[in-house]
Amino acid sequence: MTKLVKWLVSLPPTLFLLVFFVAPSLIVVLASFRYPGEFGGLASLLPLFGADSGLTLETYRFFFSDFVYFEIFLKSFGVAALTTLICIVMAYPLAWLIARSSKKRRDLLVLLVILPFASNFLIRVYAWIIILGPFNLLYSSFAVIVGMVYVHLPFMVLPLYTNLEKHDPALLEAAQDLGANAWTRFWKITFPLSLPGIFSGSVLVFIPVLGMFAIPELLGGTGDILIGNLIKEQFLDNRDWPLGAMLAIMLTVAVLALAGLSAWAGRSKGRMA
Amino acid sequence: MKPQSLWLWAASLGVYAFLYVPLAVVVLFSFNDSALNAEWVGFTTTWYGKLLHNPEMLGAAFNSLLIAVIASSTATLLGTMAGLAMHRYRLRFMPFLVLTPVAMPEILLGVSLLLFFRQVLDLSLGLFSIVVAHITFSIGFVAIIIRARLAGMDESIFEAARDLGATPWETFKRVTFPLILPGVVAGFLMSFTLSIDDFVITFFVAGVGVSTLPLQIYSMIKVAVTPEVNAVSTLLMLLTLSMIALASRFAPDVLKGKG
Repeated sequence: MTKLVKWLVSLPPTLFLLVFFVAPSLIVVLASFRYPGEFGGLASLLPLFGADSGLTLETYRFFFSDFVYFEIFLKSFGVAALTTLICIVMAYPLAWLIARSSKKRRDLLVLLVILPFASNFLIRVYAWIIILGPFNLLYSSFAVIVGMVYVHLPFMVLPLYTNLEKHDPALLEAAQDLGANAWTRFWKITFPLSLPGIFSGSVLVFIPVLGMFAIPELLGGTGDILIGNLIKEQFLDNRDWPLGAMLAIMLTVAVLALAGLSAWAGRSKGRMA
Repeated sequence: MKPQSLWLWAASLGVYAFLYVPLAVVVLFSFNDSALNAEWVGFTTTWYGKLLHNPEMLGAAFNSLLIAVIASSTATLLGTMAGLAMHRYRLRFMPFLVLTPVAMPEILLGVSLLLFFRQVLDLSLGLFSIVVAHITFSIGFVAIIIRARLAGMDESIFEAARDLGATPWETFKRVTFPLILPGVVAGFLMSFTLSIDDFVITFFVAGVGVSTLPLQIYSMIKVAVTPEVNAVSTLLMLLTLSMIALASRFAPDVLKGKG
């Protein structure tokens, strides 16, 4: 009986996600080893229509031999890193202010950070089209970074605030009693203690930025192509699906590596504490 | 006030301004009596009137609502099951299955579903593929909310129900469900908002025939900047704001940034 209940409850969502999440993901892996079809899509798996059928490592060979793709990957990491850094700098005073406020005011200040999220992502990007347009700053790398920071900033504020809120004020008082000035107290106590918060915020910012295609497309110039644009291009414009699938796999690998790294760092942090 | 906190307030106010001024500009220019989003000319509601006579926009709005209703009801059902299952049973695979679609870049889910629908199922893209995609990414959010709700609960209530002779179904109907109901409502509103708002995944699985509000907005802002976009943006903001307000009424504990 309880066994039956267990299956009844867990089977439908599991089946749905196996079919519409796991299977499609595996198909992307498979597609990256295939040839592009003559009219877009994928070529036949069976060797019926000439030589370009079956499985191949061609797209991967292409990735590692053509520096263009590698360069765009590097640039995407650069943009993600810069966005994350700016988010840290901008989020810090805000998160600190919120953490130091009274309980009642704190909820309001947090709400004020979340509220802009209530507007559609495209609206938030569009706002910058209106603002930057008259200043001739649109369609530039600068506009891309501004858009990226704007869309992802709350992801940094919230984990940072959650971390800062837990700090024991007695530590700072003790430091003050021992003669440390504000600057020293910040760099020797608050900042090191807030590293886990910065870290989780960075993961939340870095990963979505890495896969973003809409912001470069709407705010960037022709040279501001990132991984996301490359992938989108292969699937919707060039219709070279194997190449697109390979790029998606590369992005997945990058994301998994980052996630693994952060899990590992989180664990070693926990051990130190 | 100490000089430090003055400095802190000034910096924070700057960041808040950075967050709000752009949105205020969008809303403000939706009432501007000029086709250019450049300078304030005078107050008008023309752009809202124009929206109501724009068949493409209305069609897109209808699609968005239809998709959101179907997708979020299904996702709420499946997500609630997943949340219950993850809380009750030690399933090793389930959390991975439910949470990965939430954590990975949206473009990856969009691309994989595009491939799956076109290549494997050989379906033409449209409403069905969009609904399925929205369910896929919403299940995880609902499950997280339900699990958070259950985590704070006293297990002895369920034991008491069993001891008093309730069947599993009765326990669910009379004890578990009323307790998780606020979470279910919050999950529904959350997935509704996610569905109405989704651009990236929809962009990949929509095909050519069907448009949603975000897709419509995207194609408009790619071409030109018009106050009509400001008007539809303002309306969309109002809609999601009221959704969030509703959700926070039903499950204040879930939505206070603790998730």
